[in-house]
Amino acid sequence: MRRAAVLGTGQTHHRTRRTDVSMAGLCREAIDRALTDSGTTWDQIDAVVLGKAPDLFEGVMMPELFLADAIGAAGKPLLRVHTAGSVGGATALVATSLIRAGVHRRVLAVAFEKQSESNAMWALSIQPPFTAPIGAGAGGYFAPHIRSYIRRFDAPEHVGAMVAVKDRRNGALNPYAHLRQPDISLESVRRSPMLWDPIRYDETCPSSDGACALVIGDQEAADRSDRQVAWIRATAMRTEPTFYSGKDHVNPRAGAEAARALWEAAGITDPLNEVDVAEIYVPFSWFEPMWLENLGFAGPGRGWKLTESGETGIGGRLPVNPSGGVLCSNPIGASGLLRFAEAAMQVMGRAGEHQVEGAATALGHAYGGGSQFFSMWVVGRRP
Amino acid sequence: MSDVAIIGFAASDHSITTSGVETLVPVFEDVLAQAGLGRREIGFWCSGSSDYLAGRAFSFVNAVDAIGAVPPIAESHVEMDAAWAFYEAYLKILTGEAETALVYGFGKSTAGELHRVLALQLDPYTVAPLWPDAISVAALQARLALEAGLFTERDMAVVAARDSGADPEELLGHPYLSDPLRAHDVARVKDGAAAVVLAAGERARRSRSRPAWISGIAHRVDPQGLGERDLTAVPSASAAARDAGLDARVDVAALHAPFTHQELLLRAALGISENVRVVRPDGDAMFSAGLSRIGAAAEEIMSGRADRAAAHATSGPALQQNLVCTMGATP
Repeated sequence: MRRAAVLGTGQTHHRTRRTDVSMAGLCREAIDRALTDSGTTWDQIDAVVLGKAPDLFEGVMMPELFLADAIGAAGKPLLRVHTAGSVGGATALVATSLIRAGVHRRVLAVAFEKQSESNAMWALSIQPPFTAPIGAGAGGYFAPHIRSYIRRFDAPEHVGAMVAVKDRRNGALNPYAHLRQPDISLESVRRSPMLWDPIRYDETCPSSDGACALVIGDQEAADRSDRQVAWIRATAMRTEPTFYSGKDHVNPRAGAEAARALWEAAGITDPLNEVDVAEIYVPFSWFEPMWLENLGFAGPGRGWKLTESGETGIGGRLPVNPSGGVLCSNPIGASGLLRFAEAAMQVMGRAGEHQVEGAATALGHAYGGGSQFFSMWVVGRRP
Repeated sequence: MSDVAIIGFAASDHSITTSGVETLVPVFEDVLAQAGLGRREIGFWCSGSSDYLAGRAFSFVNAVDAIGAVPPIAESHVEMDAAWAFYEAYLKILTGEAETALVYGFGKSTAGELHRVLALQLDPYTVAPLWPDAISVAALQARLALEAGLFTERDMAVVAARDSGADPEELLGHPYLSDPLRAHDVARVKDGAAAVVLAAGERARRSRSRPAWISGIAHRVDPQGLGERDLTAVPSASAAARDAGLDARVDVAALHAPFTHQELLLRAALGISENVRVVRPDGDAMFSAGLSRIGAAAEEIMSGRADRAAAHATSGPALQQNLVCTMGATP
C-alpha cells in the first residue's frame, strides 16, 4: 500500500462560545495553523475533506457548501464526512484514502463544530416518529453502560474521578484546551454535582466551539518536508448497529474488532508495550478504563487497574490523553480529529508542554453513535 | 491503477420513513442478487444522506439497521448525494483495503418543503435569513442564461417535453412558477433510494459477464456565493469532466439536472453533443439521484446497450458541486 503521513496539524483555541469568529473564521484559524505547521501553501492542497457532526448543531444544511471558498476548496474536490461522534477520525481516514489511492499528493482534512451557533440539546432532542424517546442527553445514555462496567468488574468508584483529575491537569498544559484546571483534585471532583449517576459534573466533557485541521501527504510530500512527519502506519474503521441481540455497550464488538485489525495492520502484537501514547475518545471519565480494555491495552476488568495505578498519566507506561482529551475540549465534530492530530503531534515531537518524552508510536481513537462507530489510526516517527 | 467495475444497481422510487430502513432492505437484496454476492462478502459500505432532509440529527445511524451489521462492518457515510459515497468507495478499492463495496443513498424529500429546506444550504449569515427557496435561486440562474442568449425558454420546454412527450408549445402556454421557470422546468420532488455494488478486477469478472468498468471519476466544487461566480458556466462540472476523461466518444450520458435549464448548461459544460443519448431519470430523489445516474449509466453498459457511458451528479445551489464518472465495457 502507498505510504501516507501527517505533514502538519492545527487547531483553534476551544471555548464555550467563539463569538469572535464565524464558522469560516473558526475553520480558517485551524487550517492556517496546519498549513504553517506543515510548510504547505494553498496551491499545494489537491483536495479538502470536511467532517462535522449533525448539521442541526449549527442550523446549516451541508455547511461545507457555503464554506467551500473559505476552506480553500473552491475549484477543488471537496468531500463532507459525517459518521456521528467518530466523524473527526473518519475525516482523517477518508483523507488518508485519497493519498493511499494515489489520486492526490496533499489533502487537507478539517473538522469543526460551532455549537454556540445553535442549541445542541435541541438538535439532539427531535423526536422521530415510532422511536422510543430517551430524552436523557449523551450522559444519560452512557451512564448505564458505565454502571454496568463498574458492576461487572467491581471497580472502585474513585477511578472515574482519577481520570478527570489527570485529564484536566493535562489540559492545563495545553494552550488550546477549553478547560484548564491545574488545581483540580480528587476531592473537588467528588464534591462536584452528580449529573447522571455515576457521572459527576467534573467527569463530563464540555460543549465547545472549535476546529482542527491536518495536512496529509504522500511519500514524496513527506520526504520533501524538512520537519518530522507522522507516518500513518495503520487505520481501521468498524460499524455495528446501535442495538442488537448480544450488543455489549461496555465492550462493543465493533471497537474490539477495529482495534484487532489496527494492531495487525501496524504489526503491533503487544499494544501496551509497543504504543508510547494514546489519544482516546473519553467524553465521560469512565470511558478511559472501558476503552483501554476494548482496545486491547488491558484484559477484561484490568482497565481500571491500569488507570488506578497511575500508568496512564504523562510519564506513565501508557500516557492517555496528555492533551487533556475530550474531557477538556469537545467541539463534537472536531473531537475525533483532535485525537488523531494530537497523536500525530506527539510522534512529530511538537506537543509542547504535554509532549510525552520519546514518543515514537501513538494511537488516535474516536467513537460515535451508541458506541457503534469506531475509527482509529496508529502513527509513528518511522513508516 | 487497479480496475474497478460496477456489477449491480438497484433503486426504489419511494421512501417509507426518514430512516430509510424499510426501503433499503429490498434494494440491498436486489443489488446483491445482481452482483451475485452475499452481504457478508461486501468489504466496504458507504452511504449518502442528509439530516436536514430527514428533519433529525444522525438520520443515517438507523439506516445501518438495514445492513445487518453483525458482525461489525467497515463502513462510512457522507452528508452528500451518494454519488460522492461512490467516489469514496471507489478509492477504498483502489487502496486495496477492500475488494468489494456497496454504496447506497436514500432520502425522503417529501417529508418537508424541499425547496424551502434547501435555502438552509446558503450562507447562514447573509443569504439564508432571506429564505431564498431553491426554485428562486435556480430561476436567477436561468434568467442570466436566457439574457446571455445561451438558450431560449422554448429550448427548456423541449428538454421537458423529451421526457414527458408533451408539446413544447403547449408547455410554454403555462404560467410561470418562478419567472422564467414553469412547472415543467422543475424536476418532480421525489422520495427514493439507490444502491450500487462495486468490485475490483477479477472479482467483478467472476460476478458478471459484462461489468461496467470505471474509466474515470472526478469531482469539484465552485464557490457558493451567487454573486461570486458566473452562474451561466459550470466550471466545476467542466473540470470534473476533463479529469474523468469525458470525451466525444460516449454513447450515452445520465445527467443529474434538477431543472431543465441546468441540463442545457451541463451539456455545454460537459461537452456533450447532440449525438449523445441523454438519460434523465424522472424526478430528483435527493441524495440518491446522483448515484442513480451512475447506476443508470452502468446499466447501459451491463445490458450491452452502450459501450461507453458517462454519469453526472450535482449538489448545492445552482449546480455548485459536480461529479462526473465515465465507464466502459472494457477495463
